[in-house]
Amino acid sequence: MKKLSNVILCFSVVLISSSVVAKDSVNSSGREITQVTSQGDSVPPYAVSEQLVVKGEELYKRRCGGCHSLDNNRIGPRHRDVYGRKAGTVADYKYSKALRNLDVIWTDQTLDEWLVNPTAFAKGTSMGFRLKKADERHAIIEYLKFLSSASSANAQ
Amino acid sequence: MSNNSMILSSRRAFLGATGKTLSATALAMVVGSNIKTAAAADASQDIEILNAAIALEHEGIAAYQIAATSGLLDPAVVDIGVTFQGHHKGHRDVLVKAVETLGGKPAEEKSLGAYAADLKASSLKNQVDVLRLALDLERGAANAYLGLIPSLGPDYHQVAAQMAGDEAFHAAILANALGQPIPKAALMFG
Ligand code: HEC
Repeated sequence: MKKLSNVILCFSVVLISSSVVAKDSVNSSGREITQVTSQGDSVPPYAVSEQLVVKGEELYKRRCGGCHSLDNNRIGPRHRDVYGRKAGTVADYKYSKALRNLDVIWTDQTLDEWLVNPTAFAKGTSMGFRLKKADERHAIIEYLKFLSSASSANAQ
Repeated sequence: MSNNSMILSSRRAFLGATGKTLSATALAMVVGSNIKTAAAADASQDIEILNAAIALEHEGIAAYQIAATSGLLDPAVVDIGVTFQGHHKGHRDVLVKAVETLGGKPAEEKSLGAYAADLKASSLKNQVDVLRLALDLERGAANAYLGLIPSLGPDYHQVAAQMAGDEAFHAAILANALGQPIPKAALMFG
C-alpha cells in the first residue's frame, strides 16, 4: 500500500515536472535559462538549459527508456538524482561488480565518457549500450542534471 | 688464435640463437596468456551484456502478459500482443542458450507484480494507453539492441541485430495501430 502510494506520488511528480518543462519551453524557446543558480556545476542545484532539457527528455525516452526509468529499477537502475551521485549506489539495484567498484561521481564529463563506451569506462559492466552522437549525449545529460536539481528543490 | 675465435664466435652464435629462441618462446607465452585472458574477459563481458538483454526480454514478456490480461484490449489486439510475446520468448530462449554456452548463469525473471509496478501498469486506463506503453518499450528495445552491438563480441552481433529487427517490426505495427505518421527521415532507430 505504502509502495503503491509512493509510485503514484513519484508518477505525479514526473507529470508535473514534465508539464512545467513543456509549458516554459513554449514561452521561452531557444533561450538559455538558469533554472537555479549554483556555484559552478559541481553542487546542486545545477544550472540547466531549458531547451536542451526538453530535447533530452524525448531522447531519454527513446534511447534509454528500453532499460531505464526515472523512479523504478528495471533492466538498469532508476535515474532520478543520478547526476552528482556516486556510481553504483542505488540501494535495491543489483549492479555488476564493475559498477559497484567504480569510484566515480556522475558529472557532465563522467557521464559523457560512460555513454560513449560504457564497457571501456567500467570493464565488465552489464550496460553495453553506446550513444554515438555527442549532441544526444549532451541533451540527455542535461535532462538528468535537471532532474537532480528539480528533486533537490522538491525535497525541501 | 683461430681456434679460440672460432669457439668464441660459435659460442656467441649459440648464445645469440638461444637468446632469440628464448625471447620467441617468452613472446609466445605472453601472447598466449594475453589471448587467453582477453578471451576470458570478453566471455564474461558478453555474459553481462547478454544477461541485460535477457532482463529486457523478461520484462517484454511480462508487459504483454499484463496487457493481455488487463481487460483493456480488443480480442484482435490481444491476439497480436500474444504473437509479439511469443517473439520475445523466442529471443529469451536464444539469449539464455548463448549465456549458458559462455558458461554464465542466465538472468532470472522477476514476479509479474514487480514488473507491473516497475512499468506503472496501474496507470493504464484504456487500449491506447497500453499500445503507447508497448510502443515505447519496443522502440526503446530496438534502440537498445542497436546501441549495444559494438560492445558485444563479434559472435553475437548478428543475434543482437536480429533482435533489433524484430523489435522494430513490433514498433512499426504498434505505431500504425496508434495512427502515428510514418517517419520522414531515414535511420529511424539506433
Ligand atoms: C540495454 C539496456 C540499457 C540501455 C539501453 C541503457 N542502459 Fe544504462 N544501464 C543499464 C544497466 C544494466 C546498468 C547497470 C550497469 C552495471 O551494473 O554494470 C546501467 C547503468 C547506468 C548508469 C549508472 C547508474 C548508477 O546508479 O551508477 C547510468 C548513468 C546509465 N546507465 C545511463 C544510461 C543512459 C543515459 C542511457 C541512454 C542514453 C542508458 N543508460 C541506456 C542498461 C542500459
